[in-house]
Amino acid sequence: MTMTVHVDIVSAEKEIFSGLAEMVFAPAELGEVGISPRHAPLISRLRPGEVRVKVSDKESYPFYISGGMIEVQPHIVTVLADSAIRAKDIDEAAALEAKARAEEDLADKTGKIDYATAQAQLLEAVMQLRTLDRFRKRGE
Amino acid sequence: MAVGKEIRTKISSIKNTQKITRAMEMVAASKMRKTKDRMQATRPYSKKIGQIIKHLAHANPEYKHPFLISRETKRVGLIIISSDRGLCGGLNSNLFRKTISSLVQWEKDGIEVDVCTVGTKAFSFFSSLKTNLVGQVSKLGDAPHLQDIVGIIKKMLDAYNNGQIDQLYIANNDFVNTMTQRPTIQQLLPVVDNETEEKLNTHWDYIYEPDAKEVLDYLLVRYIESIVYQGLVENNACEQAARMVAMKSASDNAGNLISELQLVYNKARQAAITQEISEIVAGAAAV
Repeated sequence: MTMTVHVDIVSAEKEIFSGLAEMVFAPAELGEVGISPRHAPLISRLRPGEVRVKVSDKESYPFYISGGMIEVQPHIVTVLADSAIRAKDIDEAAALEAKARAEEDLADKTGKIDYATAQAQLLEAVMQLRTLDRFRKRGE
Repeated sequence: MAVGKEIRTKISSIKNTQKITRAMEMVAASKMRKTKDRMQATRPYSKKIGQIIKHLAHANPEYKHPFLISRETKRVGLIIISSDRGLCGGLNSNLFRKTISSLVQWEKDGIEVDVCTVGTKAFSFFSSLKTNLVGQVSKLGDAPHLQDIVGIIKKMLDAYNNGQIDQLYIANNDFVNTMTQRPTIQQLLPVVDNETEEKLNTHWDYIYEPDAKEVLDYLLVRYIESIVYQGLVENNACEQAARMVAMKSASDNAGNLISELQLVYNKARQAAITQEISEIVAGAAAV
């Protein structure tokens, strides 16, 4: 029997995932981390990106989160997301549109737009698409 | 028939009131369902962040965040969350009574209090008292946003960081179930683990990314925000539940009143008829 760790993923609106997993992957501030059971205690901020919960060799659940925190205790991993959705629920059209809009804003040299916000929006949209892309490649 | 005109108008006016209270009851019931869903949706987040903070209180970070350090208390901050509207039974007055007893206790200990209110009811109540009101927000509606209350939270946290206040409390109603709402006062700052002190003797600390200060600053502010927000949505659900119950009992009381008055009215009418008949009979006998 492989070792497992309890994983909770909650967003500000609801509980997204709760259960045992073999490994958790998350986009920490300083690069992607993979958490195995009995990992040393860790607290980190998360960037927008994909959180993947590997339940078994065959089964894993990908989620997109827009940022938040991860807390790791040897037997429990908690992901506090600002907002989170299952990869399969990502609205591709909306993400593409948001990406196009953000790119347009960034191209706008008149200086009317808030550069930082546009960049953050672009990052979120791109990460959503990438999460979806990876989900499809794995799944089909 | 001229009998019991006043009683009849009284009955019809009570019936009108009953219609209003019944409508309010139904509105409150449907609103309660929505606010309750909202409250339950945000509960896991605030519960989890609370657990993390509790772990954190047991860790031995190299960087001690001011939110985690207790200091001598000379002045405290208090955030009071109330409803915007009345007609919800004893909900607000129970909370205010509990708050006042704490205020009295603090006064006895020579501690001054800065008060922040959320909701019109708390504002009008505490501005009429001799309290030091430093901020207020109201009219947040049934679906409040975190942004609405960030302002007063920041004000209180700044006051704490500047050393103007040494403790921060929040007073609100906790939703137990539809029939029960419990007024509570909870300490927010400094963060203390007041549950069973299972002191782990092992000396451990988190790995912080990027570094302890940044992570803790972010996490603790988030924690306070989530507790206050949770308090607000709980209070909203309480308000609707309390209103529903209050309006239900008002409708029931109106029903009782109507049936009593109806009885009095019927008796008076019967008496008038009886009298009339006996007058006619007496008249016929005299002829």
